[in-house]
Amino acid sequence: MVPGDLHYTKEHEWIRVEGDEAVIGITQYAADQLGDIVFVELPDAGGALEQAATFGVVESVKAVSDLFAPVSGEVTAANDGLGSKPEVVNTDPYGEGWMVRVRLADAAQLDALLDAAAYEQLIAEG
Amino acid sequence: MPYGPHAADDRARMLETIGVGSIDELFEDIPAALRAGPLRLDDPEPELELSARLIRLAARNRVDLASFLGAGAYRHWTPAVVDQMLLRGEWYTAYTPYQPEVSQGTLQSIYEYQSMLAELTGLDVVSASHYDGGAATAEAALMTCRATRRERILVSRGVHPHYRGTLETYADGAGLIADEIPLVADGPQAGTTDLEALARLLADPARPVAGVVAAQPNVLGLLEDMPEVGRLAHAAGALFVSVIEPVSLAVLAPPGEYGADIAAGEGQPLGIPLQYGGPYLGIVSCTEALVRQIPGRLVGQTTDLDGRRAFVMTMRAREQDIRREKAASNICTNQALLALAASVYLAAIGPHGLRDVAAAGAARAAELEAALAAAGARRLHDGAYLNEFVVRVPDARGIHARLLERGVLAGIPTADLIPDEPALAGGLLVCATEVTTTAEIELFATALQAELADALVAGGAR
Amino acid sequence: MSVVGERLQPTLFELSRPGRGGGKIPHPPAGALDRIPPGALRANSPALPELSEPDVVRHYVNLSTLNYSVDSGFYPLGSCTMKFNPKLNEWAARLPGFAGLHPMAPDALAQGTLELLFELETMLAEVSGMEAVTLQPAAGAHGELAGILMIRAYHRSRGDLGRTDVLVPDSSHGTNPATASMAGFRTRTIPSAPDGGVDLDAFKAALGAKTAAIMITNPSTLGLFERQIGELLEATHAAGALAYMDGANLNAILGRFRPGEAGFDVMHFNTHKTFSTPHGGGGPGAGPVGVRANLVPFLPSPRVLRDGDGAYRLERAGERPTSIGRMRSFFGSTGVLVRAYAYIRAHGASGLREVSDDAVLAANYLKARLSSAYLVPFERACKHEFVASAADIKHRTGVRTLDIAKRLIDKGYHPPTIYFPLTVEEGMLIEPTETESLETLDGFVDALLEIAREAETEPDTVTSAPHTAPVRRLDEATAARQPNLRWRGAPCVLAPCPD
Repeated sequence: MVPGDLHYTKEHEWIRVEGDEAVIGITQYAADQLGDIVFVELPDAGGALEQAATFGVVESVKAVSDLFAPVSGEVTAANDGLGSKPEVVNTDPYGEGWMVRVRLADAAQLDALLDAAAYEQLIAEG
Repeated sequence: MPYGPHAADDRARMLETIGVGSIDELFEDIPAALRAGPLRLDDPEPELELSARLIRLAARNRVDLASFLGAGAYRHWTPAVVDQMLLRGEWYTAYTPYQPEVSQGTLQSIYEYQSMLAELTGLDVVSASHYDGGAATAEAALMTCRATRRERILVSRGVHPHYRGTLETYADGAGLIADEIPLVADGPQAGTTDLEALARLLADPARPVAGVVAAQPNVLGLLEDMPEVGRLAHAAGALFVSVIEPVSLAVLAPPGEYGADIAAGEGQPLGIPLQYGGPYLGIVSCTEALVRQIPGRLVGQTTDLDGRRAFVMTMRAREQDIRREKAASNICTNQALLALAASVYLAAIGPHGLRDVAAAGAARAAELEAALAAAGARRLHDGAYLNEFVVRVPDARGIHARLLERGVLAGIPTADLIPDEPALAGGLLVCATEVTTTAEIELFATALQAELADALVAGGAR
Repeated sequence: MSVVGERLQPTLFELSRPGRGGGKIPHPPAGALDRIPPGALRANSPALPELSEPDVVRHYVNLSTLNYSVDSGFYPLGSCTMKFNPKLNEWAARLPGFAGLHPMAPDALAQGTLELLFELETMLAEVSGMEAVTLQPAAGAHGELAGILMIRAYHRSRGDLGRTDVLVPDSSHGTNPATASMAGFRTRTIPSAPDGGVDLDAFKAALGAKTAAIMITNPSTLGLFERQIGELLEATHAAGALAYMDGANLNAILGRFRPGEAGFDVMHFNTHKTFSTPHGGGGPGAGPVGVRANLVPFLPSPRVLRDGDGAYRLERAGERPTSIGRMRSFFGSTGVLVRAYAYIRAHGASGLREVSDDAVLAANYLKARLSSAYLVPFERACKHEFVASAADIKHRTGVRTLDIAKRLIDKGYHPPTIYFPLTVEEGMLIEPTETESLETLDGFVDALLEIAREAETEPDTVTSAPHTAPVRRLDEATAARQPNLRWRGAPCVLAPCPD
């Protein structure tokens, strides 16, 4: 079940636009594939994201995955709560399990991302 | 083949099941042009003959001298129980506890090792083991660079030269810079890390320092002002790595108490035989704040499905088999059996025993100092030491060689250990531990006195 | 609140009672530490456990019985070569002349050990077809680092500074890319071809003026000999790069293939795999490295040398300025190397070849027998190990390779390496080694076939395994999320020193 109001990357990040800012996380599909998530490494507020570049790491018990930035922008907040409760990425990836909030550098970059239907098709193909 | 399992017709039955006519057929995928000819090695040696050969080789080594040699590897009494436990095949013929359900012995023993070493270092995180003191020091230095995102390491020349060499090899590989902090050349602080020089090296804003590495006791046996080294490092935003000797931590202030962020060192003194350099036990210990940066395995406590307490390798995603090129280190095989030896040693000898080992070494060393001074060889440095120190003698290499003939291994000429330190040219680094006897000390002093007298005569004749 | 299970052991800290133990070391004179400045001394004694010797023995004996080991049963852990560890070698390493020798002892006192090490270097050079060998690295990964640093020094010595990449197949051990990073190189991953070998076209496309080295495991981690190895090596050298062989799988090719002769420039040995030195619950190992003539100047220091008069000595600091330097303190893991030496001498030329013959025979036998119930993705003869897959079983029954591995524990076997290499779905890497009898091999096959049947008939039994081990499956997620890495019980109260 993929929320309809978000944009997605092929690497399984989601992004929700809120005015000139956006919130980024990983999808339920990604969290399920990784298994029990035990650690999330995120950039500090003030850092910069560059579209398609890595900006962090998510670790499960037996896997590790880079986080890819869906868009460029300045980090205005990182989800510090994941430090003590990384499991919320598994239980609530689109809500409490969000990762960073960014100020969008170029809203046009969103056009390059997948919509919900396209992402659903991507994961259906495995 | 000496350990082969097969009865007369086993191979034929196996080939039949596989459906090939010969073992050679199983190797047909090796291109003909690249197949090896017969190896030019000796014929198999039956155990009877091989054991005689090994006894012969071992006997060609001389381990019967009165030895005052330390310099990073130390003679200690190891309670017999240590090797008895290590000889159990359940320990030494298992491998890395990838399957925790059938590895609780190894896992719990590592957890206990981590716990006991944490007591000694005063730092909460201890890795399951590294190769040796040199590699441990190098890995600790690299940790400071990852944690601070800086690229320059300062290492005291009071750190063992082999550790400095290893650190340099690792740092060079990683594209990092390792600069050395000089030792004070003379005066009351002679032989210890030059703190003014350290302050100057730290003051260069264009070349920020990730970590400062100093040893306690240092390679000359001297005690350093570790709180001050740490204060200077932290004031410059650098981390502080203390290179430790674990037996001394029974009596010396633990790194966690004087502000070290990481402790690294050689665990050999904890019940591990000298065996010409290894296998030894690299210790790396750090604060909880640095737990994500520590390389190597970690064992943690958890529960099983029924709620039983159990132990498991944890935070595995930091390691090379999962993180591959992004791993903090490539370490895989470690020194688990040596960590077990250290654990059994500590359990057998206990806190009072360990303190006695350290204090007895200090007492024997004081006795040695007095005897050598009476024989005409005084200490080169004024500073406090625990159980190892440098004495000044004329023609140190010559005296050292001639003392061998008198049955005394008189430590090591400092010029051989640290060739590029002029202030140390005429010294012998000597050491005493709880196994050093008064008779050995007397033998050393008498022989030295005789050699010094001969040298005086020879010098007079010149 | 967790409970300690019936067969489990309390920790040393829980067993501790104030005043127990002691008597091992005479008490030093009072005041032994008076000359130490108080500021350098610790304020509180370390809270180490206090135990009697019988307590210590029971603790470690009981803990040891919770382990599975080669001495207790079949341990077909692929890629790790869990062969029998000869007892003679344990005895030899403990001979006082070997065990008591100080690493800084003058050469004159160390002639026996130096001779042994010199001979071992010569023997390993012969086995590998290399010019020279260093015994210094402490483990395979340590040897990899030494090897890649030598390759870097070689290119630099020629002024060839633009080589930034190391090519690594996707099936490689994780240590290979991790090593490349430690030595300052960028890893480029080469995909496997459908036959399990390196994809030659992809390899050639990646190869170029930026390539410093390729790192190849041969036989590969799939247990397959790289049939195009000649072409791979030729292309590598034509591009000006050097070839590193990960020798983890040397147990398959002793006396059959000599990497140096075939064109590899560097390789490491894992003495704890090929030459039977014990794995020690995770280590120690030793990782000698062999090199061809072009890399000899860069070998780590110190080397063992034989002077004209037949005496052996260690190279002095600074004697060979082209060296990459030290990889560790002192000479190396000599105690491990004594065992490897004894192993090679016990086998000789003919015995080493038989080792590989029987290791390959056993692997092919298991593969033939298992193929009735498990997928065996690569049909051709394997070398000393092979990958079987439970992908079909999983799709049909939901039982995964992990479950099968855990169920094997109930049947009395150590599981194979699972989910490695990553290129095979639901893979199990099975390596029997040459020291297992036909009865043992048959028993293992029967167990795996029975589990395949159980997956169909009683999958819950398999997915909830193990049932007979000291503990059931563990909560690894909590262990990682809230790490408990040391004992934090009530601090031990230290009683006054018992006299």
